Amino acid sequence: MSALPRPAYEFAPSACGGLRTSVAGVEVLMRASGALWAPGSRVLIVADLHLEKGSAYAARGQMLPPYDTRETLGRLAAEVAALSPDAVVLLGDTFHDGRSEDRLAADDAERLRALAQGRTLIWVVGNHDADGPRALPGEAVDEMVLAGLILRHEPQAGPQYGEVAGHLHPAARVTSTRGTVRRRCFISDGERVILPAFGAYAGGLNVRDAAFGGMFVRPPLAGALGAHRIHAVGWRSLTGD
Amino acid sequence: MAEDAGPGPHLLPDRFAAWFAGRGWSARAHQLEMVAKARAGRDALLIAPTGGGKTLAGFLPSLIELAERPPANTPRGIHTLYISPLKALAVDVERNLMAPILQMGLPIVAESRTGDTGMSRKQRQRVKPPDILLTTPEQLALFCAWEGARLYFENLACVIVDEIHAIHASKRGDLLALALARLQTFAPNMRRVGLSATVDDPAVIQRWLGFCPPPFAGEGDRAAGVVEGAASGAAPSPAPSTASRSPSPASEGGIRTVDLVRGPGGAQPIVDMLLSEGRVPWAGHTAQHAMAEVYDVIRKARTALVFVNTRFQAEFAFQELWRLNDDNLPIALHHGSLAAEQRRKVEAAMARGELRAVVCTSTLDLGIDWGDVDLVIQLASPKGASRMVQRIGRANHRLDEPSRALFVPANRFEMLECQAAREAIAENRFDGDAARDGALDVLAQHIMGLACSEPFDMLRLYDEVTASGPYRDLAYEDFEQVVDFVSTGGYALRTYDKFRRIVKGQDGLWRVRDAATAQRHRLNVGAILSPAVLSVRIAMGKSLRGGRKIGEVEEGYLEMLDPGDTFVFAGQVWKLMAVTGLDVLVSPAADKDPKMPSWGGSKFALSTFLAKRVRELMFDEAHWKVLPADVREWLEIQKDRSLIVGEDELLLETFPRGKRHFLVCYPFEGRLAHTTLAMLLTRRLERMGAAPLGFVCNDYAVAVWALKPLDGIDFDELFDQDMLGDDLEAWLAESFMMKRAFKGCAIIAGLIERRFPGEHQKSGRQVTFSTDLIYDVLRRHQPDHLLLRCAREDAATGLIDVARLGQLLARIKGRIRHAALDHLSPFSVPILLEIGKERSPGQAGEMILAEAEDDLIAEATR
Repeated sequence: MSALPRPAYEFAPSACGGLRTSVAGVEVLMRASGALWAPGSRVLIVADLHLEKGSAYAARGQMLPPYDTRETLGRLAAEVAALSPDAVVLLGDTFHDGRSEDRLAADDAERLRALAQGRTLIWVVGNHDADGPRALPGEAVDEMVLAGLILRHEPQAGPQYGEVAGHLHPAARVTSTRGTVRRRCFISDGERVILPAFGAYAGGLNVRDAAFGGMFVRPPLAGALGAHRIHAVGWRSLTGD
Repeated sequence: MAEDAGPGPHLLPDRFAAWFAGRGWSARAHQLEMVAKARAGRDALLIAPTGGGKTLAGFLPSLIELAERPPANTPRGIHTLYISPLKALAVDVERNLMAPILQMGLPIVAESRTGDTGMSRKQRQRVKPPDILLTTPEQLALFCAWEGARLYFENLACVIVDEIHAIHASKRGDLLALALARLQTFAPNMRRVGLSATVDDPAVIQRWLGFCPPPFAGEGDRAAGVVEGAASGAAPSPAPSTASRSPSPASEGGIRTVDLVRGPGGAQPIVDMLLSEGRVPWAGHTAQHAMAEVYDVIRKARTALVFVNTRFQAEFAFQELWRLNDDNLPIALHHGSLAAEQRRKVEAAMARGELRAVVCTSTLDLGIDWGDVDLVIQLASPKGASRMVQRIGRANHRLDEPSRALFVPANRFEMLECQAAREAIAENRFDGDAARDGALDVLAQHIMGLACSEPFDMLRLYDEVTASGPYRDLAYEDFEQVVDFVSTGGYALRTYDKFRRIVKGQDGLWRVRDAATAQRHRLNVGAILSPAVLSVRIAMGKSLRGGRKIGEVEEGYLEMLDPGDTFVFAGQVWKLMAVTGLDVLVSPAADKDPKMPSWGGSKFALSTFLAKRVRELMFDEAHWKVLPADVREWLEIQKDRSLIVGEDELLLETFPRGKRHFLVCYPFEGRLAHTTLAMLLTRRLERMGAAPLGFVCNDYAVAVWALKPLDGIDFDELFDQDMLGDDLEAWLAESFMMKRAFKGCAIIAGLIERRFPGEHQKSGRQVTFSTDLIYDVLRRHQPDHLLLRCAREDAATGLIDVARLGQLLARIKGRIRHAALDHLSPFSVPILLEIGKERSPGQAGEMILAEAEDDLIAEATR
């Protein structure tokens, strides 16, 4: 190691394929699934599930496969089974639109209820699902504080120390001589973190987009979702669309 | 001319006979025969070389009928519909058709209608149909999805499909065949006419063109015969049986066969080969070495067409020629990425005889009639004999004079390929497309269109669809599945039944759900599998607004470029400023040495037919004397140092080089089949513990390298046909090619809409919602879905060419000749030179991310 200053953020791969880092001094783990795990408080955080996006398209005549909700909930159930969290926080836009809960199939509703068994389920509401759940278990909140972190759906403008948010669906694009790859990603400058969308049909917005401007106090680090692990990618390696 | 007295000049009305005589011509036998066929109400396929008056032969019967028709006070609808696979050709034929119409003063209105036709003209054509409408398959599909279609076409007397050989064996061909079946329903007496260049097997096209209504229930095979009209009269042959056909209501109308009419044979073309100072380079694809001589040849010719196989090559050759163009010859560029307006300008200048050369891609392969062209130059290898004949036919549209062509091979294997193509052309042997079964994604699009046009009865529609060549063998169960897909998406989980796009009414008929759904479908019609297209525009002002459009590029064209990089497009050097949404913003650059994305080879695969001839040529030492000295020497050294093997054998070499061990084999089956082979070989080598590191492929060879020696391997086991089983399945499921094929099918079938107003936007920004997400979910939850089936079939025939790989493995079984060498062989040099230039889109994703991470770590630990 040389005498050059170390980067302000620290990261280390973990055995499960995740990436260990800290946000505002709180240790968190970026999971390969796109979920964020706060081991200190045993809280699992997922953003932008967009449940029933498929049926929202179908209602307008575009018949996307109707399996997105069970796919998304299946992945979430696998994370819950792996980590046994005390609480699961759904970080907003859990439903794709205001009528999604009505379209939810009975077995998918059951899957959601099963997730809330024996733990707290918290719905941080977002712009797509401003009212929170009607018949499903869990508590709806606008935002919440968790051991030095503030959890909300939409990131606020300017640097926000300790903020954990979703909404923007960050995606990282990396180009090499052999081609280009675009993946969902976490993005963090060590002070705040924005989660990738967890939903099966949720799209991604390039982190080089102006929407991410002015948010970070230093060039942020992207945690790109690979096949079975998170890849840490530096700002300079990222390209716009 | 055949039976009875043969068609005589009496078939021509006086006005027409006088017109021919006035031009110093007499009507040709095949032109008169086409008139006779029309008089007899027969469907006909005319096969004639370019310059044989083929187009006039196709239109002559319609012109006569229209000229003899009594005047009417009310509009009568379209009489003759002409379909061309190319927009430019439709416009060109319109121009040529106006000559006889004007010169004879015929009361006939002929108009073209393409994607480039203005809205007001299109509107007028709907209200006041011309007598002859010249259009494209896509426009016809739009007509079929229009409420007024039935009325518009009820008086249709004739459909002419031009350049039919270029369209029948494709998804566009499927769509067109379905549209013809629909037109036949509107106008039962409609005649079908096909115009084709010379093909090896006309029966394939006759079958495609033929209208074949279903038999009575239980009747079994239909005699869907083809008739050698010109030669032997009626000689029906049975069509394949249709076992799983459901009982269907009887339909009138008997078997309709397509008569074959043959034009005269043209003069034998003169095909030469350009050997730059008698030398052929080892490797490369651009023929840069020969550019000065190509320029010299252009200078001596009146007008030359310079054909290349890719847009990259076109841009490159155009740059090179202009660099040499001290005489300021008018040399133009024509390819599919240029703005339509610019292409029209080049075509018009060409028609006026103002150009000395046009560098072009397959966009000018087909029939545009440019009488002044006296030389066709093929830069790099032709890849197929038929395509080459077609291209050569672009020179000299006069039958009695031979066309002149010049091959310019870019490397030694191409040299062999050019020689094989020359010999095939001299022997009049061609490589043709086999018949194909109609694709189900295309059928889905067609059915949705019909529902937008008018309500349909499912059984009647099944009969209509199966009366078309490509869907003749469509099982009723598959048809039902497609209708269900169109309605609800066809999912096992029936949650979308309430959102049906087409609904069955009380009357038992299916109709589109609402006008908005119909409108959206019409925005998405077409079966050309084009990747997302970006507009190239000149950047304006500091805020980089998009200005004038220069052309279009496919997504991925500029993948390798970063803002600030320079590239060649439309014959000029540009600097990439930004990519915003669907626009590529550029500004002119003075850079003489643009950074151009590396590009190897051709998008056309070497045809099976030509590949076999190349292998034969290589094996036959006596034949080598036709080759230039350096190529002959290369073959001699190969024979000396390694092996020359038989046509049906596979040469496989292993040798060390640097710290790596190489395995190189030479199947000559084309890049696609080779890439699939290499993917599967590396999987197997991995399993055998040989630790393969990478591979590279071209049209002729496959090279794989590993850390450990590869010569101890059992090659018969390695190349066993069972690789097409589980290994293929496992690889395919994850491969980007499947994803790409799925995207194509999903767009054609209407699952994904090309344009979907108001979606994919997040406060004005582009949120990419990739079809890969849909593919992944569908594959996990319903692997037998209709569209996955379509995608698998497409991938197998197109992108990965499994069919051809299967033939290869069968051919070489037990016939692998292994040469264990100490160092590389002469044959292996070209493929080894391609290492490092190769890019592997898609599958390298994880590796790219891993590399980016390494960069970061290096940065952090420096």
